[in-house]
Amino acid sequence: MSARPRRIELDEIAKRFGGVQAVRGVTLGFDEASIVGLVGENGAGKSTLGKMLAGVVHPDSGRILIKGEEVRFRSPRDALRQGIAVITQELSIIPKRSAVENVFLGAEQPSLGFVSKSALAKRYAALAELTGFAIEPDTLAGELRIAEQIRIEIMRALARDARVIVMDEVTASLTFDESERLFEIVRALRERGTTVIYISHFLDEVLALVDDVHVMRDGALVKSSTASAETPQSLVNAMVGRSFDMTLPPKQLPPADAPVVFAARNITRRGIVNDVSVSVRAGEIVGIAGLIGSGRSEFVRAVFGADKRDAGIIELLGKPVKVKSPGDAVRAGIAMVPESRKDDGLMMRRSIVENVTLPHIGSFTRAGFLDKRDEGTKVAEITERLDLRASSVRAPVGALSGGNQQKVLFAKWLLRAPKVLIADEPTRGVDVAAKLQIYELIADLAQQGLGVLLISSELEEVIGLSHRVLVMRDGRIVAEFAGDQLDRQHVMQAAFGAQVEPAPELVA
Amino acid sequence: MNEVTQSPQGELALAPQGRLAGLFPRKLGISVVREYGIVASFIAVFLILAFSSNVFLTKTNVLNMLDQTAPTGIMAVGGTLVFIAGGFDLSIGAVFAISGVLAAKAAPSLGPSLSLALGALVGLGFGVLNGLLVTIGRINAFIATLSTQLVIRGLAVAITSGYLIVVTNPGFSHFGQGRALGVTYGPWVWLIFALCAGVMLSRTSLGRFIYASGGNQEAARLSGVRVPLVRAITFAISGFSASLAGVLIASRVSTGQADAGTGIEFTVIAGIVIGGVSIFGGEGAIWRSVLGVLLLTMIGNGFNLLGINPIYSQVFQGGIILLAVAVDSWSRRST
Repeated sequence: MSARPRRIELDEIAKRFGGVQAVRGVTLGFDEASIVGLVGENGAGKSTLGKMLAGVVHPDSGRILIKGEEVRFRSPRDALRQGIAVITQELSIIPKRSAVENVFLGAEQPSLGFVSKSALAKRYAALAELTGFAIEPDTLAGELRIAEQIRIEIMRALARDARVIVMDEVTASLTFDESERLFEIVRALRERGTTVIYISHFLDEVLALVDDVHVMRDGALVKSSTASAETPQSLVNAMVGRSFDMTLPPKQLPPADAPVVFAARNITRRGIVNDVSVSVRAGEIVGIAGLIGSGRSEFVRAVFGADKRDAGIIELLGKPVKVKSPGDAVRAGIAMVPESRKDDGLMMRRSIVENVTLPHIGSFTRAGFLDKRDEGTKVAEITERLDLRASSVRAPVGALSGGNQQKVLFAKWLLRAPKVLIADEPTRGVDVAAKLQIYELIADLAQQGLGVLLISSELEEVIGLSHRVLVMRDGRIVAEFAGDQLDRQHVMQAAFGAQVEPAPELVA
Repeated sequence: MNEVTQSPQGELALAPQGRLAGLFPRKLGISVVREYGIVASFIAVFLILAFSSNVFLTKTNVLNMLDQTAPTGIMAVGGTLVFIAGGFDLSIGAVFAISGVLAAKAAPSLGPSLSLALGALVGLGFGVLNGLLVTIGRINAFIATLSTQLVIRGLAVAITSGYLIVVTNPGFSHFGQGRALGVTYGPWVWLIFALCAGVMLSRTSLGRFIYASGGNQEAARLSGVRVPLVRAITFAISGFSASLAGVLIASRVSTGQADAGTGIEFTVIAGIVIGGVSIFGGEGAIWRSVLGVLLLTMIGNGFNLLGINPIYSQVFQGGIILLAVAVDSWSRRST
């Protein structure tokens, strides 16, 4: 694309997490003094790529070359030593320490073991002049606004003489003005010879900023181009292309007279979820799509009583029910397969039985004591129904594969038939075979008259399974699609907020 | 269902877990040690002592060991519940002391039985207090109980003004000195308490909730478990167990003593940990703490019987505790 020397190259780099191939053999070079955009939908592998560059994640195969020489990063420290720094949306600021201390964290250059405050102050002043940032050195980092905290991170990267800076969704919580100012800084960095790898969901922003842009889909690089040759529409098209074939179960529309089993009205969590309403009919699968951080999971967690609501009511079969805690939700017949099975779903060191019966333990108690035989039988039945493979129902869940763990989670919530099933990322980190089984299960449950609310970052999944899809952005529902209107194109545009005309030639 | 199915799909399901699969034999090894290390160690030490000392298995020595271990053992039962639910209780030594002090203080006015019962209930109260601080107060369990330990011990000193409270009523000492079937009441109380707690843990819904609260707090909460309540209950039981042990000792020596049981909490925690109860919560069993405290007693007893300098007994015990905790941590690395 240009004659600038390559600073850093990736050669057939790949990474797998559990059952998911996050990055599959990407070969890509980054030039000196350039800004390079990396775009793609949720889970396309952009962030994983950035993390491999920064030594946070270790590639399974492939090489990283700096100026033609292969390097291996065992830790972020190694990468920093090679001049590669990463700034992510979750900033790594130590809130209770000052701006200076944060900037020079780990790069204090102590003499005889002591850190000289005046030397640090001098270096800080020099950096401030270089960047034009005017942040009081003694302010506690936690008291700074996010835009300023990002500047702290940039200064930190420069303090370590970083020649490559990966910025992963840094503008997500910035105002327009703040973003504009950040772009000026990024351009100034380019003038100094720095390579900036810019990962973002905001396509207009990317195109205005970067020199080259690379599009990723399902862990692979699908398009590399100069920014001037692209439009938000062309980028979306590249992201959309159907990547792998999956036979989804056929959609069976619920009967026209199916009652509304579940409704959530005006659900609000201040600053996170804004006046969101959803209703689900018996036999209906309603999908919620949106980018990460759009408030999807926060919304369903508020519905389930897992997080506090500031406003909103829940109705089951037309009657309002009190759902103030997960316990209330369970009793009312609402089930939720949470987003992260490891953090919120399963007790990894306990048995399948204990995990599955936990929400329903009362129904296995006779005169105060557990009927373990009944428990074992019921759990064996449901695990068989879900084709859950384990050496025994008494085996610890942690020893199972991701797909089987996910099935434990489903077993847990289906043991006693709920009225509504909320499934948040139901196939995250599971292999393709288990994925299909879970799809069939969800379709099957809807067939039996359950109302299903499906949240997923995978468009194929949410579009392929749902009868209706609501798209969330910034804590609100911004669009709803059904029937012919329900395709990747529409959903993506709504999720990204891309203001573009639909391309007539593209049929997803 | 009872064997690993090896269909192509099953393989597909397992294949992505390459990292885990690679670790499997090793992980299995360490988890076996974690699981049954205490049983093997217990049998080994038992056999070594049985063969190398002809005093060890005498009736007097065995009964003596049991009697001596009972207070620690009773407290370890309560402590085990706290550990499994994901908590930590450092206040038990102080509760142990103040219960004895209050029982002794109340004995002249209330009579032996009532005063002992009162002493035993005091611990329940302090346990509830700890539970509230840790759950509703959201204070780290370690710090909360470290602080209440100071407060309670201070109160005990204030009540006694630093003197021993000697109870003259002979009925008061019956609980601590009496025997049933030739064995003092202490071990009986321990046995009954351990059985009740064991059954509760493995056969009731409360038991499941205790494991769940320590095993994955958020998963438990999302399953409708009231985690704070469950944790608070374990602290209450732990407090009760400490005061039960406290009145047992006060009764045995007919004395209330503000500095009784100083440091006993560490022996209790050591016993629990050696037994293989996880300090990370969610795992463990009552029988483990029973074997753990018994193992510690046997080691102490063994050093005595074999005429080895008791200082080395401490060094040895410290080493075992480190090993037990290390094995627990290592066995978790891959999950």
